[in-house]
Order: sequence, then C-alpha cells, then structure tokens
Amino acid sequence: MLSLFTKSSEKSDLLLLALFAVVVFAMPIWLAPFGAAYPDLMQRFAIYGIFATGFNILFGLTGYLSFGHAAFLGVGSYTAVWTFKLLGMNPIPAIIAAIIVAGLFALLIGFISLRRSGIYFSILTLAFAQMCYNLAYSVLTPITNGETGLRVLRDDLRLFDAPTVGDGGPLLSHIGGIEMTGMPGFYFAAVLLVIMVGLAMRIFRSPFGMMLKAVKTNQTRLNYTGVNTRPYTLAAFVISGMYAGLAGALLCVIDPLAGAERMQWTASGEVVLMTILGGVGTIIGPILGAALIKYFENIFSAFNDQTLNDIFSFLPDQLQEGFVSVTSLFVGEGWNLSLGILFVIIVVFLPGGVTEGLNRIGRFGLRRLGIGHKSKNEDETSPAPGE
Amino acid sequence: MGILEVRDVNKNFGGLKALHNVNLDVQEGSVHAIIGPNGAGKSTLLNCFIGRLTPDTGSVMFNGSTLLGLKPHEINQAGVVRVFQTPEIFSELSLLENVMIPAFAKRDGAFKLNAFSDVARHGEIREKAMHMLEEVGLANDRDKTSSSMSRGDKRRLELAMCLVQDPVLLLLDEPTAGMSRADTNATIDLLKKIGGRGVTKIVIEHDMHVVFSLADRISVLAQGTVIVEDIPSKIKGNEKVQEAYLGGAHL
Repeated sequence: MLSLFTKSSEKSDLLLLALFAVVVFAMPIWLAPFGAAYPDLMQRFAIYGIFATGFNILFGLTGYLSFGHAAFLGVGSYTAVWTFKLLGMNPIPAIIAAIIVAGLFALLIGFISLRRSGIYFSILTLAFAQMCYNLAYSVLTPITNGETGLRVLRDDLRLFDAPTVGDGGPLLSHIGGIEMTGMPGFYFAAVLLVIMVGLAMRIFRSPFGMMLKAVKTNQTRLNYTGVNTRPYTLAAFVISGMYAGLAGALLCVIDPLAGAERMQWTASGEVVLMTILGGVGTIIGPILGAALIKYFENIFSAFNDQTLNDIFSFLPDQLQEGFVSVTSLFVGEGWNLSLGILFVIIVVFLPGGVTEGLNRIGRFGLRRLGIGHKSKNEDETSPAPGE
Repeated sequence: MGILEVRDVNKNFGGLKALHNVNLDVQEGSVHAIIGPNGAGKSTLLNCFIGRLTPDTGSVMFNGSTLLGLKPHEINQAGVVRVFQTPEIFSELSLLENVMIPAFAKRDGAFKLNAFSDVARHGEIREKAMHMLEEVGLANDRDKTSSSMSRGDKRRLELAMCLVQDPVLLLLDEPTAGMSRADTNATIDLLKKIGGRGVTKIVIEHDMHVVFSLADRISVLAQGTVIVEDIPSKIKGNEKVQEAYLGGAHL
C-alpha cells in the first residue's frame, strides 16, 4: 500500500489521486476529532497545499530554492481582487487572470534570477520579493491601496454583475448564487487542490520532470548531454509561480481582501518550511507540511495564559505558575517557537520530512504483519537527506 | 579532409602556454589517440572541442562548420559527445533514467516542453536505453540508483549514456582509468564494436595497451605542441616520442 507512494505507474497514479480526492473531500468528517473541521482552517489547508505543491515543483525537482515565492502569492491576490473590481465577483475569471499575471511575473523574475544558482539564486529571488513587497506598500499604492489593503468596494465597476441599487449584501465572490465562503469555499479550493496535485503528478512522471530531477543532481553534465537547461528551469519556475498565483487568488476568493504583508519574506519562508517539513520532492509531503503548519499555527496561537492555567490546575500553585510561565513562551504569540522546535526535530531526525516518517512506520508495520518483503525500490526512492 | 580539423590552436592560462599551435586532422571513422605526459595539454585540447574552454586563437572545424562559440549543448546536438574521465552521473535517478535522458536529448533536441506526457508513453526511448544497458552489461541493475555502483560500472554507465546518442564523434577522456584489467579489456572490446558503426573516436589515454589496441593514428602531445603524428607502429620506435614522453625507456 505504502509502496504506492514511491513506485508508481500511470494507473497507480490515478488510483492514488482518487484516494487523495476522497481524503480531501472527507476532511470535514475525519478532521472533526482533531478540532480542525471548520471551514476557515480547511480552506487554508487546501490553499496552502496548492502553494506548497507548486513550490515543490521548483524546489523538489530542480533543487533551486526560491526565497521569494510569496511575491507570486501576493501578485495573484491583487490580480484576483482587481478582477473582482472590474469584471465582477465570479471567481473563475479571477483565478485565470491571477494565474496568467503571476506566470508573467515569474517569467520576468525567473529569467533574471536563474542566471545564478545556489545561494545567489535564493538571494536574488528574496530581493525581488522584498522589492515587490515594498513597492506594494509605497509607490504602487494606487494599485495596491498600500497599508489598508485592496478590497472590493460598493461603487466598483464590476462589468458583468454590477450591483443593483440597494444591494446591501456582503461583498463575496460567488458562482451561480453560491457564495464562496464557509463550506462551499472549502470545496471550491479542494477541487482545485485535487486538480493541481493531479497536474503535479503528471509533471513528476513526464520526461520534463525527469530532466528537472537531472538538473538537481548535475546541471553541468546535462548541458554536455545536449540539453539546454535554462528553459527547463525557467519553465519549472513559471509553473510554480502560477501555482502560487492560483493560491493567492483563492485566498481572495474566500475573503476578497489583498494586503502587502502576504508578500513578506516570512511568507516566502513559510512555504519553504512546509515543503521541507512534509518531505521535499514527494507529491504528498508539501501538502502534509502545509496542513501541519497551518494546524499548529491555529492550535498553538489560540492558547493563552488562562487555558494554560486550566491545563496545569492539577499541580500545586507554585509548580503551576512555573509551568505556565515556561509553556506560555511556546504558545499564543510565541507559537513560532514551537514550530521552530518541531522543524529542528524533523530536519535532524527525519531529513526526508514527515513523509519519510510515514514510510518508515508503514514498512515497520508491514514487516510486523509478516507480509513485508522489503521492496527493493523503497530505500532508493525515498527523498535524499539534507538538500 | 578530416571530420575534425584543428588549425593553429593556442591557449594560454596567464603566462602558461597550455596549447601552442596545435594542428590535428581526424579522419572520419578512425580512432585517433592523443597521448602525452601529464600536463601536456591533452584535456585542455579536448575541452576546446566541447565548449568548456575557448582557444585564444585558431580554429576547430567539425564537418565543415566551426565548433568555437557554440554552447556545450549545441556541440552535443551537432554530434560531438564527450565521455567524461570521472563519471558524471545523475545519482538520484535510476540507471535506466540516466540513459533515457541523453536519448531524450537526442530525439527532442535541446529543449522540448513535453510536460504532461507520461514517461511510460515513450516506449522507443525506453527500449533504446534498455538495449544500450544490455550492451554494457548493466541491464539487470536498471532500476537501481548509481550510488552503490563500483567505479568500473559507473564508467560503463557513462559510456552507455554517450553511446545512446549515436554520436558522430566520440571524445573519450581516459576511458579505462581506474579499471581492472578485465574491465579494461571489456571496454576495449566495446569500443571496437562501436568502431564497426563508423563512429569517429578521439581517445586520450595513458594505458599504452589500450592505445595500441585501439588507435589507427596517434598524436603525441608534449608541452602543448604536437611533436609527432603517425600510425601506431611508427610511434613505438620514434625517438622523439621516447625522449619526451617515455623518458628514453623502450616500449
């Protein structure tokens, strides 16, 4: 069963995708015991899953570590809101426009950044992303509405669904009257997540994907093999930029507001964490990573001193105070500290991320059940440690 | 007229004259060995053919058109393929994939965005790669990665990666260095077999056993210049060669 994750054919890919779709669509059911089955959080699982999946096409396959992918997320968001403002609240044109504009942005930034590799590439992408962020805050205020953030207003053009006089409802995107908030919003994002994961699977299994993996191991050799690597890396960069643009647009579909903080370097760093935490170069890893981070963000940041006092109330007063003051560092505002520790633990003990952990457990389980003849391919296809 | 014509090639590294007025004519279908002591400029010369280095002056013509100024992938696409001295392999990919990549490059050119077609749908590429792996004797390991391979096996894989491209001119940089005697002989047999297909080969080699069992012509390079060029039987007895290269010892 778990070997499906590593050894794949076209047929097993489809099966896996179907399985994945079922798991995603059933999230409201199986996430309930974890206290995560509310739409707002599940929407973010799906959207950041798309973001990380796209990022993984670049980082996981080619090894090029972009530190500025949040720029494309932000560009996608702004484009989506502008489409809402100009054309109307239907999310479909907004998504298409966001993917195209983010793709063009990626083409420009990638064209320049990919002239360098390694750390220089990372720094270049970081620089471009910070430029975008600062421009959005300052010079481009007419387009981005600066600090306030860009939102859809009552008197916007909205060519195709201009508000009727006295239309007092909230400004939400909708398809055929179904507003893209709450559960419909989640299912909209979930459908797109499944489609985008399906596309990523195809890329992983295509000659194009094979070339990208070869870029990661030995780009110079690939040149001497008669392959022009630049168009390949640029295509990977643009594709992953488009994924980010889609994710950015979806953030605005469920909540039509775009702010510059979405392009901050912390947001770029977050997607790197998601991918590494989940498992670089695997299909499912980045999605798991995205879900884990969003889940922990949600759970830990909700804790406050009161809840901690309740938890440790069984202890004597002195101890309770001590425990609360120590643990409070790791929750609420300080949840990033917990995330950092989790990240360190994963990278040190499971360099292949959560996916590697699951594979290990799976193999162990199979062996225990006695059906586990150790598949000879499993070891080799598990992601390489510490890229 | 040779398939590869090198005229008055000079290459300096700072004050060091690595190549000094090198001339070379390689006949189509022949095996041309370049020998010489360490530091004679053999690898430098080879690097000038594949675009890793550009000569300061002189010309390198392949099949009537210049190789100078072309990018490495363009030179490969023209049919000039180099077998690397230290095997450069895509270590995270399986052996089969390692050979499929050059096969794709040969069929599809320097860039083709076939992003959404399944690898399994390119049966002819797979078969070609499999056939090549069989020929070098690695077919049973096709799904393994190269990390656990012996050095000799890596070199055979390297050779398969180059041969699968049906090269016009094959550049071999010490193809048997670090190989056991048995592996060396197997490689010589393999190279002779390709010779039957009319592939022109340039071989840089230290192992005289290999040189004399393969080469049709030999150029001797010393201190950046070709001191002698002749057929193997005459090279053996040439005094200049023994002086410069073998330090006077007899073969």
